[in-house]
Amino acid sequence: MATTEHGAAAHDDHDHKPHGFWNRWLTTTNHKDIGTLYLVFSCIMFFIGGSFAMLIRLELFKPGLQFLDPALFNTMTTMHALVMIFGAIMPAFVGLANWMIPMQIGAPDMALPRMNNFSFWILPFAFTLLLSTLFVPGGGPAGGWTMYPPLVLQTGSALPLMIFAIHLMGASSILGAINVIVTIMNMRAPGMTLLRMPLFVWTWLITAYLLIAAMPVLAGAVTMLLTDHFFGTSFFNAAGGGDPVMFQHIFWFFGHPEVYIMILPAFGIVSEIIPTFSGKPLFGYDAMVYATASIAFLSFIVWAHHMFTVGMPLSSELFFMLSTMLIAIPTGVKVFNWATTMWRGSVSFEPPMLWALAFLFMFSIGGFSGLMLAIAPADFQYQDTYFVVAHFHYVLVTGAIFAIMGAVYYWLPKWTGHMYNMSLAKWHFWLSTIFVNVLFFPQHFLGLAGMPRRVPDYAVQFTDWNMVSSIGGFGFGLSQFLFPYLIWQCAHGGAKATSKVWDTSIGLEWELPSPAPYHSWVEAPSMATIEHGVASH
Amino acid sequence: MTIKTPRVSTTALAALAAGVMSLAAPSAQAAWTLNMTPGISAMSREIYSLHMLMFWWCVGIAIVVFGFMIFSMVHFRKSKGAVADQHFLHSNRIEIIWTLVPVLILISMAVPAARVLVQTEDPVATELSIRVTGYQWKWGYEYLDTGVTILSTLSRDSNRARQLGSGIDPNSVPNYLLSVDHPLVVPAGVKVRVLITAQDVIHSWWVPALAIKKDAIPGFINEAWFDIDADKTGTYRGQCAELCGRDHGFMPIVLEVKSKQDFDLWLKKQQDALKQPAVTPSETTTTTTTTSQATTPATHVSAG
Amino acid sequence: MAETHAPADSTRYYLPHGSPWPILGSVALFCLMFGAVSYLNEWAGGWALIPGALLLSTMFFCWFGTVIGENQHGIYNDQVDRSFRLGMIWFIFSEVMFFAAFFGALFYARNFSVPWEGGEGVKVLNKLLLWKNFNPAWPTNGPAHIGGRADGTFEVIPAFSLPAVNTIILLTSGLTVTLAHHALRATHRGALTFWLACTFLLGFSFVGLQAHEYGEAYREMGLRLSTGIYGSTFFMLTGFHGLHVTIGAIMLTIIWFRVLRGHFTPNKHFAFEAVAWYWHFVDVVWLGLFIFVYWI
Ligand code: HEA
Ligand code: HEA
Ligand code: CUA
Ligand SMILES: [Cu+2]
Repeated sequence: MATTEHGAAAHDDHDHKPHGFWNRWLTTTNHKDIGTLYLVFSCIMFFIGGSFAMLIRLELFKPGLQFLDPALFNTMTTMHALVMIFGAIMPAFVGLANWMIPMQIGAPDMALPRMNNFSFWILPFAFTLLLSTLFVPGGGPAGGWTMYPPLVLQTGSALPLMIFAIHLMGASSILGAINVIVTIMNMRAPGMTLLRMPLFVWTWLITAYLLIAAMPVLAGAVTMLLTDHFFGTSFFNAAGGGDPVMFQHIFWFFGHPEVYIMILPAFGIVSEIIPTFSGKPLFGYDAMVYATASIAFLSFIVWAHHMFTVGMPLSSELFFMLSTMLIAIPTGVKVFNWATTMWRGSVSFEPPMLWALAFLFMFSIGGFSGLMLAIAPADFQYQDTYFVVAHFHYVLVTGAIFAIMGAVYYWLPKWTGHMYNMSLAKWHFWLSTIFVNVLFFPQHFLGLAGMPRRVPDYAVQFTDWNMVSSIGGFGFGLSQFLFPYLIWQCAHGGAKATSKVWDTSIGLEWELPSPAPYHSWVEAPSMATIEHGVASH
Repeated sequence: MTIKTPRVSTTALAALAAGVMSLAAPSAQAAWTLNMTPGISAMSREIYSLHMLMFWWCVGIAIVVFGFMIFSMVHFRKSKGAVADQHFLHSNRIEIIWTLVPVLILISMAVPAARVLVQTEDPVATELSIRVTGYQWKWGYEYLDTGVTILSTLSRDSNRARQLGSGIDPNSVPNYLLSVDHPLVVPAGVKVRVLITAQDVIHSWWVPALAIKKDAIPGFINEAWFDIDADKTGTYRGQCAELCGRDHGFMPIVLEVKSKQDFDLWLKKQQDALKQPAVTPSETTTTTTTTSQATTPATHVSAG
Repeated sequence: MAETHAPADSTRYYLPHGSPWPILGSVALFCLMFGAVSYLNEWAGGWALIPGALLLSTMFFCWFGTVIGENQHGIYNDQVDRSFRLGMIWFIFSEVMFFAAFFGALFYARNFSVPWEGGEGVKVLNKLLLWKNFNPAWPTNGPAHIGGRADGTFEVIPAFSLPAVNTIILLTSGLTVTLAHHALRATHRGALTFWLACTFLLGFSFVGLQAHEYGEAYREMGLRLSTGIYGSTFFMLTGFHGLHVTIGAIMLTIIWFRVLRGHFTPNKHFAFEAVAWYWHFVDVVWLGLFIFVYWI
């Protein structure tokens, strides 16, 4: 593949960052600045989504309604999920992709820099629309993030706001995904072959395909909601020949790939961190790539495991149960390869590694409960209970969020040029890890004991575990304040970071100085640099 | 009466939270429940053992996998002077093994799961059919071919206590949020079929003791069946399990399981009552009335 | 303006400086969405749609203008060209998936929800208890005969009438755009302008005929967006398709003007090809529509 033989960045002021808010941030086409914008945005959204979660936990602290009207409670649940998924996790991954992919493949920038700016700047407007629903007549959306009709069609003025917000988020994700694909397929330095790419790049490539295939389907689904509500179509109305369950099929055809969109880049991150702190390259690199691809493929044929109770024909139930169980195999391959990377390694426990290790254990716990949910007859008992809530917070919070934390702690010195406060970072880790388990582990018990999800109030026998869970929640929430503080500190000073940062880090990004130059690889790295920077698989 | 679940006594985890416990007012109905109910029918016990089978497999796998990880972390830690083996990077044999072993494990899970699944979908030879209709926010029941119907809403004292800032301590309300004015009465030892649908939005009819959860979908009928052990008479409770609007949390299901004889007597009495001329208005809202509304499908057209 | 400068150095991958167009685009989208919301909610009417649309057109005009200008200066090398191509391909793929959602709805309604309401197979109770007199034959506006004429009936547009003509029109336009492409490669400017003009004229006539068909359906046949599941799937699929044809035809027209200005060379004409791909995509979607919506 012919690439930039002579390097890149065809303009005069190479390392000169533009000045002023407008020039630096609003009109920027620089992958690092856009990456920073994404990450800051994501952090803000994490705190907003987290405050909604705190309100949920506050109301559920004990039985009886103390603070929130049931409709407002449902709005909190709905907005919490939408903000966390589309505002916190996905933009965080895109931000990391922006920062790291060009550096890791030896490119000067993303392939389509103007579009890159566009895909970020759509987001604040999308979330303005979404969050404004909290203030409109009739209240915010309260039908759950899954937006099932006919219930969601009872939403007031918030409905079109939510739907158009989702359209915008979808557009942003699609543009971002196109950019990632084009960058990876077209901007690799000569010699950076596909099977030399770091796993973070690989997982993001596959994630981008998932995004392009899944997000338009969500757009279609919510468009149908819009026309059902405002223009009298009958997609989800049995009287007109439609079916409310049809929405669920379309939604989950998006929704299941979506949950892997939120975990594959996390897999990539963990696959970067564990080798570094095990002192040796990733075990079974090829298998890891194939496993990721298999997970992505399977993710499109398992969607109805969210719908075991809707009354599908037996054959469909069987099919979706079995296909879902299959996902455990490639995921297992990944877990085993990570574990074996440590085997006969030289394992050290810097903050990024702590998050990655916690990920390994707790994501697996979430995976196990996922596997239990996949067993259709047993899912009749689990479905729509806190057991499901526990499952997906283990994969999302201790999975995706923990990996993102790990990524930030891993690459922060590269971004800022400073080391951060290690002991504060460890405090953040340990507090988070302890509290997150106090927060979510008891929810398994609640679910099994019969507590439904999406309820503002509950029978008194669920009191004790709910209290435990809420206390864990508050603890986890408060611990998160350490995170922006630590980043702020690191951005404004601290010991100078070397270009390698970690003794044993492998990868092209570590061949660049810290902080990385404004345009990453103005000259494409030479073959020798690549061989040096890439682990020999 | 509470949901019938075994109270697995507190373990280490509960101890962790013991301090928290002291903050809580001692609740009348015991807490710290850890596990699912085995239920009151052969089917629910099948599902329970499926759940336990899965659980123990997961525990087993976790012990092996986590054990391996912990061992590697501890044994190969840098602080102990471990030196990384730069040549231990891949092995096709290992990859094949850890692909095949999970396949076998999954098969051993899938076989019983599929068997139970097939059973749950087999509502032949039922003796009694009950039509269940979800409304925002109550349940309607109709004993097919008898004209007997029941409308079941949250009991009045729960309803009063659950209002925002009511000041009533939920612990003082018997079966808070789990009791209704008119429970569904069913016979034990009889194979009963429930035909589940809804009038407005999707609900889900869930009784943990029966291990039945089926969505109630407007415009469609879903079927489920149960056959309660003859000796398991008593009261069992469940809840709506699909978000259905603001009062989703407040439309419980209460099942009164009677012996076959008692049930027949009860049904007969209800039918006789139907034959009486004009029920007084105050009673129409209560138990036994034939509602024509329950038999004609709603032509739900979305608002707007 | 931020993006002046840049030497015509096509050995390097061109990286633009800051650009005001994307943020303008975001503001435009926000205005459009807000206008639509405010219209649907009957807040203050859709007035915000107007600045939104204006801003959006300005944005496209300026953004693409900038890109075309840069290209004319020869600062795009082959690698940049490849980025554009890949970008366009995956954009079209995302459009395919958007249509897939609606085709999926059609497929589900025809094969599942409608037969189930009619009591097919294990779903016999739906017929016995809920929809007693429903004949689940396609096309249908459902058991409650939603929409349609006053008596709930409606007619469908026969495949081998106007839709067949439209099929021929679109297929022909697919041919003419290919002929135009060949002419472009062979530097036959006359043929190029001619075939390209044919293509967008055919495109616009398709849209015209489709509009005519819609008019008849609404006025005489009782076939409307609200005519049950048939009307819903029919109008959403053909409507989104018609929208794409319109956009495609406009893009073809712009390309035509650019041809008149002599913008393309036999081996460098990404914009032309991108629009041609888009046009073929629109064509293929129509074939799907013709078969699954009108014909069988
Ligand atoms: C990051 C997000 C994420 C991830 C990765 C997963 C992973 C999985 N999920 Fe989860 N899931 C969600 C997010 C996620 N899920 C969300 C958000 C919901 C709820 C949505 C809503 O309703 O709001 C949900 C709900 C959900 C349901 C529906 C529950 C219900 O509503 O009734 C089901 C059912 O099958 C399920 C299954 C699985 C399975 C089998 C996996 C597998 O991928 C897990 C695979 C991993 C492992 C199995 C562990 C590691 C493997 C080994 C150590 C190897 C050895 C193991 C064996 C051989 C067993 N998930
Ligand atoms: C995508 C990622 C994601 C993340 C990161 C989280 C994070 C958290 N979630 Fe969320 N959650 C979902 C996705 C996620 N969740 C989804 C998809 C649903 C389903 C929604 C539905 O049913 O439709 C859900 C539902 C859900 C429920 C069930 C609600 C219900 O069924 O009604 C609960 C209840 O406990 C919950 C709790 C939490 C908590 C405590 C956190 C914590 O981890 C959050 C921690 C972060 C902070 C707290 C922010 C930082 C701190 C502050 C802002 C300061 C304020 C702090 C204090 C006052 C102490 N979540
Ligand atoms: Cu009815 Cu939830
Ligand atoms: Cu899923």
